[in-house]
Amino acid sequence: MNRLLNSTPAAIAAVLAFIVVIWYGAAVYLNSDVLIDKYERKKTEWNFQVLVNDSWSMGRPVLPAPHQIMEDMNKSLFGHKITSKRSLVYHGWITISSTLVGFVMGGVLGILLAIGIVHVPTLNKSVLPWIIASQTIPILAVAPMIIVVLGAIGLTGLLPKAFISAYLCFFPIVIGMVKGLRSPDPIHLDLMKTYNATQSQKFWKLRCPASTPFLFASFKVSIAISLVGAIVGELPAGARAGLGARLLTGSYYGQTVQIWSALIVASVIAATLVFLMSFMEKIVQKRMGVLT
Amino acid sequence: MKKAGLIYWLFIICYAVQFQFSGDWMLLGEHTIYFALMPLVGVVILLYRKGITDSIFGKIIISAMVLSGCIATLNSVHMIESAMSAWGIWLYGAALTLIIWEVMGFWSKADGGLDKITGLVVNTLVPILFGGMLLYLWEMLTVGFQVPQVLLPAPSMIGTAFVNAMEMLWADFQQTFLKAVIAGFLIGCCSGFIIAILVDKVPFLQRGLLPLGNLASALPIVGVAPIMVMWFGFDWQSKAAVVVMMTFFPMLVNTLAGLKSTDRIELDLMHSYAANYWQLLIKVRLPNALPFIFNALKINSTLALIGAIVAEFFGTPIVGMGFRISTEIGRMNVDVVWASIAVAALSGSLFYALLAFIERQFTGWHPSIRVS
Repeated sequence: MNRLLNSTPAAIAAVLAFIVVIWYGAAVYLNSDVLIDKYERKKTEWNFQVLVNDSWSMGRPVLPAPHQIMEDMNKSLFGHKITSKRSLVYHGWITISSTLVGFVMGGVLGILLAIGIVHVPTLNKSVLPWIIASQTIPILAVAPMIIVVLGAIGLTGLLPKAFISAYLCFFPIVIGMVKGLRSPDPIHLDLMKTYNATQSQKFWKLRCPASTPFLFASFKVSIAISLVGAIVGELPAGARAGLGARLLTGSYYGQTVQIWSALIVASVIAATLVFLMSFMEKIVQKRMGVLT
Repeated sequence: MKKAGLIYWLFIICYAVQFQFSGDWMLLGEHTIYFALMPLVGVVILLYRKGITDSIFGKIIISAMVLSGCIATLNSVHMIESAMSAWGIWLYGAALTLIIWEVMGFWSKADGGLDKITGLVVNTLVPILFGGMLLYLWEMLTVGFQVPQVLLPAPSMIGTAFVNAMEMLWADFQQTFLKAVIAGFLIGCCSGFIIAILVDKVPFLQRGLLPLGNLASALPIVGVAPIMVMWFGFDWQSKAAVVVMMTFFPMLVNTLAGLKSTDRIELDLMHSYAANYWQLLIKVRLPNALPFIFNALKINSTLALIGAIVAEFFGTPIVGMGFRISTEIGRMNVDVVWASIAVAALSGSLFYALLAFIERQFTGWHPSIRVS
């Protein structure tokens, strides 16, 4: 029993269960105002039991109960054909594809920039401060505008969203990769020098392997924000598909359950992508012989 | 140095070619031709007196000469009817960009053997030069090729819009930044910090909450914006609520990591002093956690701004940066949108810089700051 209490999964389960209980309570509390108002207008008799039951099964609740979200998710994930516009699988796939395209673009850009920064002193001095400053521009906040503008010149669909994801992604990758490429000890660099190693040999045999842990740490952050970028990129009214569009239509029509199920699907996707990244990291580490 | 010489010769050749065949642009406007001549003089000096860039004074002279070339091209580009016919200005501009790059090169090599303040000035000058170069190219290309304003307005237009709409932008700034962002940031960071200390004290919560917190900081929390707007209404409170949600988890996770970062040996030392929990926390563990906490604060400074602006897309009173961006884009007033973005970027950068400055004051002992 004691060992069970001390194990991590049990602790996580306990915290999750606690959150669910709070959630049900909060659903009653937050929905009660609307319901009591309704009862009084209709002058129906009500007691606490009725209130609780009703607040967990409202059509457009302020806060839907977890089982309502589960039902909606079940319906929209498995109830429709995956090519149907009402299927969350369809919307989720659209978001995932632009997330991944943006991630690849941002990754390539970030790694190239980092290599430049490490090897060219002028780039190091001039570009690095701007890369940091570039992230204080709330790009996510202007993402819808960028989508509209790019749409005006005929760029629609996947690419504009991927650009936003790429812009968000490249920053952690540049920062992590610069740190990683500079992480070899001076003593190792000196050793390479005594071997008369060229710049490219130094890069491939020393700097590159040394940077992998930093690179994967950045990848994990990047892929998560890449997803955020894709979702926000889907917010402008023109977008008809994707999880962001689901959020927006849900908010227009007051479909809270739809918003929540889109949010939860987005969270599951984020968790899965991050998990896949750490899985890849394990494989690479095994092949490098770091992890035994 | 050989490569630099090549670039100088390239500039001279380009200058001669465009002067001979397409130099009309230099005659537009008063004195443009003299301004345009200066970089050539500078390059010739650089070729025959290489030592000039060794002194700060020489560097300033050369930079000023290159700058006058930029002014000349900017002056003309606004007057040219069709940029395509006047290819001379583009050849000149391209060659000048290479020279600007060289100028940045010798400024960035300059920091050895300078006293502290001059070194600092030089180190901030290089990024400013780079930013200036980008602005220069942006202005040249958008004006010269007559890029439609909807697509990308020129920096000068954005500047005019900024000055004209100053009052409106200030009201937006107050609504979004001074109310929603600051309130949300303070509540989110403080609650994240307090919960982190509580969680740290209870091992059970540490095991249960930390993986969930890590997960939550990877989640697209901006998505709660529509829900928060529904719950807390259209005014700034709903935006602050989104900001709280977004800033809470990075703070929680980072503070926990920071509290764990104290070395065993330091804890043992405190134990041998018979320090109690609070003494240990305040005298050793919190100071050790400070770099992590400031890291979270810096991450949160940008997240907070994003959260507030995105939340305004879902409903807001008729003021606020997010509102401004979404309505002005609808009216195709792209210059006002860009001015709004500039305000957001500027306030975000200043917020970040302020936090970085405070970090320097508080964590001066940390290796990452001592080295640089």
